[in-house]
Amino acid sequence: MAKTHVTMKVNGAEVEGLVEPRTLLVHFIRENLQMTGTHIGCETTHCGACTVDIDGMSVKSCTMFAVQAQGSDITTVEGMANADGTLSALQEGFRMMHGLQCGFCTPGMIVRAHRLLKENPSPSEPEIRMGISGNICRCTGYQNIVRAIQYAAAKINGVEFQEAAE
Amino acid sequence: MIPGSFSYHRPASVADAVKLLSDLGEDARPLAGGHSLVPMMKLRLATPAHLIDLHGIAALKGISRDGNNLVIGAMTTQHELLASDEVAKAMPILHEAALLIADPQVRYRGTIGGNVANGDPGNDMPALMMTLGATYRLEGSGGARDVAAADFYQGAYFTALEPGEIMTSISVPVPAAGHGYAYEKLKRKVGDYATAAAAVVLTMSSGKVATCAIGLTNVHETPLLAADAAKAVIGTSLDAATLKKAAIAAEAIMAPAADARGPVEYRKHVGGIMVTRALQRAASRAK
Ligand SMILES: Cc1cc2nc3c(=O)[nH]c(=O)nc-3n(C[C@H](O)[C@H](O)[C@H](O)COP(=O)(O)OP(=O)(O)OC[C@H]3O[C@@H](n4cnc5c(N)ncnc54)[C@H](O)[C@@H]3O)c2cc1C
Ligand code: FES
Ligand code: FES
Repeated sequence: MAKTHVTMKVNGAEVEGLVEPRTLLVHFIRENLQMTGTHIGCETTHCGACTVDIDGMSVKSCTMFAVQAQGSDITTVEGMANADGTLSALQEGFRMMHGLQCGFCTPGMIVRAHRLLKENPSPSEPEIRMGISGNICRCTGYQNIVRAIQYAAAKINGVEFQEAAE
Repeated sequence: MIPGSFSYHRPASVADAVKLLSDLGEDARPLAGGHSLVPMMKLRLATPAHLIDLHGIAALKGISRDGNNLVIGAMTTQHELLASDEVAKAMPILHEAALLIADPQVRYRGTIGGNVANGDPGNDMPALMMTLGATYRLEGSGGARDVAAADFYQGAYFTALEPGEIMTSISVPVPAAGHGYAYEKLKRKVGDYATAAAAVVLTMSSGKVATCAIGLTNVHETPLLAADAAKAVIGTSLDAATLKKAAIAAEAIMAPAADARGPVEYRKHVGGIMVTRALQRAASRAK
């Protein structure tokens, strides 16, 4: 099948590549761009490990073709740190609150939580749980992931992070 | 899991899309949000030789009011339905049901046109569209035609869409002011398809049900209108005996497949419960 030339912006940089129409976006990111932070967990559009941010939307990149991303603006987990290279509030939250064990789901979780907090900067706990319902974690039981996102929300809003009473 | 090879087309107008579809014939498929089609392609359950991506067609997007109808472009996403004030105000059941579809990532991509055109009995929008009395606009090389949602579904993945046609918009009559509504969906977990679901839209007058429509999701190879169940509640105040009668009438037309969501008897039983709950919640909301 003839290859198509695609260009898009990934983490602020213009990138290009040759892809078959059937090349999934996640494979383009991992293999052509060599950015392996975006993971493949299930391939059936359930786990969310492959989540990237495209033009202001959280998208499972295993269920979109690279040709469809022509001209779009994409952020992956590699683009989540602060401009000076320090950890963003979300990354710090996952570290401080032990929001990961094996870490396989973490890139997708962080990218999804990034969009969730953009749309709703002060989500309630149920809103966080609904907001990350497209991301499956097999290790932590979500409690610490929720706390990590609460930590980040507090930091972004400039308020002190309050642990919910048990 | 990588799909089989195909050629990719991105037409800029409905006319171009229709032309491509009819020129390329049976091996061409429209691609909307891709959130049913791409997983099927990865499993090689679908192997289209040509994909006609509808994302480049601006005319297929957006929600507008046309008299007493809400006209929703086929490429309007589930996320956009949730973000629409017009939908929340005029058709809150559409908002309620869209929120129960899959998860945020799927809703950003998945479209209403793809959801209703897919023909999967597990999709939530078809039964809702039948309940609301919606009409689908289909366009092919011979022009446009309107098909009632109630006449569209003919079998699992088998619909009234003819080869070469695409669905361009969905026209939904706005329910009467003060109507009650509910979409009750039983699922195994957040993001799952329904084990069984029921949509109810009704109006009340002096404490009694004046009009009622009931739709059923995933309890048959097509979505269903439970007409006898709806008839059973008209003129009543939804007392326990009436609710039971309605559930039995609804269960009588269910013929679900036994799958990982449960055996046939179980799915019919919970289908009846969804009808009961939706009726009660709809009545409690009616003014
Ligand atoms: C993990 C997961 C969970 C899900 N859970 C649910 C759920 O709970 N409830 C639910 O309802 N859905 C669910 N879905 C399906 C989701 O809502 C899909 O987005 C939807 O079924 C199809 O819409 P689409 O825009 O993605 O269509 P596509 O996948 O692009 O297309 C589906 C089919 O419709 C055809 N088609 C699409 N648009 C048109 C058009 N305009 N004219 C003619 N033919 C067209 C395509 O050719 C294809 O055959 C889930 C999906 C996933 C991945
Ligand atoms: S790899 Fe994309 S959702 Fe699991
Ligand atoms: S930390 Fe292991 S899958 Fe989430």
